[in-house]
Amino acid sequence: MPATLAERPIPQATAAGAPRRGPLLEVEAITVRFGAIHALSDVSMDIHRGEIVAIIGPNGAGKTTLINVISGFYHPQQGRILFEGKDRTRLKPFDVAALGIGRTFQNVALFKGMTVLDNIMTGRLLKMRGHFLLDAIYWGPARRQELEHRAAVERVIDFLEIQAVRKTPAGRLPYGLQKRVELARALAAEPQLLLLDEPMAGMNVEEKEDMSRFILDVHDEFGTTIALIEHDMSVVMDISDRVVALDYGRKIADGPPDVVRQDQAVIDAYLGVAHE
Amino acid sequence: MSELLRAVFVAPFADMAGNMPFLLEVLIGGIAAGLMYSLVALGFVLIFKASGVFNFAQGVMVLFSALTLVGLMERGVPVPVALALTVLTMIALAFAIERVVLRPLVNQEPIILFMATIGLNFFLEGFGEMVWGGNVKKLDVGIPDSSFILRGVQINRLELTAAVTAAVLVAILAVLFQRTKTGRALRAVADDHEAALSIGIPLKTIWVVVWSVAGLVAIVAGIMWGAKSGVQFSLSLIALKALPVLILGGFTSVPGAIVGGLIIGVGEKLAEVYWGPLVGGAIENWFAYVMALAFLLVRPQGLFGERIIERV
Repeated sequence: MPATLAERPIPQATAAGAPRRGPLLEVEAITVRFGAIHALSDVSMDIHRGEIVAIIGPNGAGKTTLINVISGFYHPQQGRILFEGKDRTRLKPFDVAALGIGRTFQNVALFKGMTVLDNIMTGRLLKMRGHFLLDAIYWGPARRQELEHRAAVERVIDFLEIQAVRKTPAGRLPYGLQKRVELARALAAEPQLLLLDEPMAGMNVEEKEDMSRFILDVHDEFGTTIALIEHDMSVVMDISDRVVALDYGRKIADGPPDVVRQDQAVIDAYLGVAHE
Repeated sequence: MSELLRAVFVAPFADMAGNMPFLLEVLIGGIAAGLMYSLVALGFVLIFKASGVFNFAQGVMVLFSALTLVGLMERGVPVPVALALTVLTMIALAFAIERVVLRPLVNQEPIILFMATIGLNFFLEGFGEMVWGGNVKKLDVGIPDSSFILRGVQINRLELTAAVTAAVLVAILAVLFQRTKTGRALRAVADDHEAALSIGIPLKTIWVVVWSVAGLVAIVAGIMWGAKSGVQFSLSLIALKALPVLILGGFTSVPGAIVGGLIIGVGEKLAEVYWGPLVGGAIENWFAYVMALAFLLVRPQGLFGERIIERV
């Protein structure tokens, strides 16, 4: 298994060359309101290169809103978002994707009519150069490029162990596999930062273990920085380097899993309820 | 009773076998007509695939492009320039539609977008009439509407040209959609807007591209149909002929639009010539719809349409 999907290395903190200093992503005092509802109030957090950060909190705490803001689906009324030190608060989702921030959705957003292979190929779109006319006749560079990216996609498919369903329309797969295909599509784009919105929601114990393993493998193999929302505390404790807890749109804790687990505010808001 | 059965099930086939060159002529006529339907159906498929919108205005887009071309030619604009201007007009139209119709209605129900295209339909019809006038215009593309004889079979030059044009256009579009970056982006947008955004596809660009391509297809269809039957407002009604083609071929399949067109074209010609006399003729006009209805019962997604998948 090569360390990269394509022939070129993925930029990462530990790579030789000139690693940038400072956090990969900085969220600075953002506030998001929907009418009178404060989905997020004055939330700040950093994500450092190579980290796995878990975002936890009760339902309605603002976890998904935070992910939506980072990925450009919502724009905050106040505050800034910096990626690699540059302000990108107002960018549109497709521009954010082009920066190298990939994501998955809570309610699986796959292209249901397309095969698993085609779904994952769409993840490579940003890596492909545009040859609209050559595309039309499927000739020369367009064809070479297609084959090159196909090879990268096959490596993702091997990596996430979904060979058996490559040709199946995504909409026909069981839920757990759909989640894995969505991860594969995000991964095919070789993101620097991967945002996973409840990657294990609705899964049984075995599926959760598989998914945890894949997330850790992605992190180890490609050096991808990962932020994920998760409800299952045992999973969070197992795989994350750091935990950020939200409640009612405010950040109530931020630190190593062991510390956050014993934080009184977190226990009151969340753990106390979830684990009587 | 047995006489009726004979007239329906035996006699027509005996007629076919009895005069092969004539049968061949009927088939060729059917194929030619079918490809002309396909040209119109293609425009629907393109837009449906990329935006999930059934574009009611596709027929009027065909009319509008033909009107623009003829109108410019009538005013003494040289043909290549007129053609280029028509292409630019359709691309400008695509930009305008994205800005005025699609963007404000993003994430709305398909039925809302469908109604918006009905509005677009009437706007374009009125606008075209206002600018270019409502009288019937003749479109001369330099290909005579005459026939030559090949091995005892009559072939119409104009129909042959239309058929070849349609075939080439379809081949290009089919490859574009199935095998390339652009095609995959188009399909992705059609399937899920949010997911498409998350992997870096700019929706607006894709919509402009797809409506432009549908506009270009409309120009080709407009030229072919206009050369055949004159540029007039009934041209927009050929959109109705494309409906059974879409039902047969599937709303999401480019090859389906072609195969559907061929089946409808050949089917209605055969029905008219061999079975028509039984009921006094003129079944060509409704036979296609009956075929489409029968087909709906068996395979609602069409021959090549993407399976309708509903998890419960």
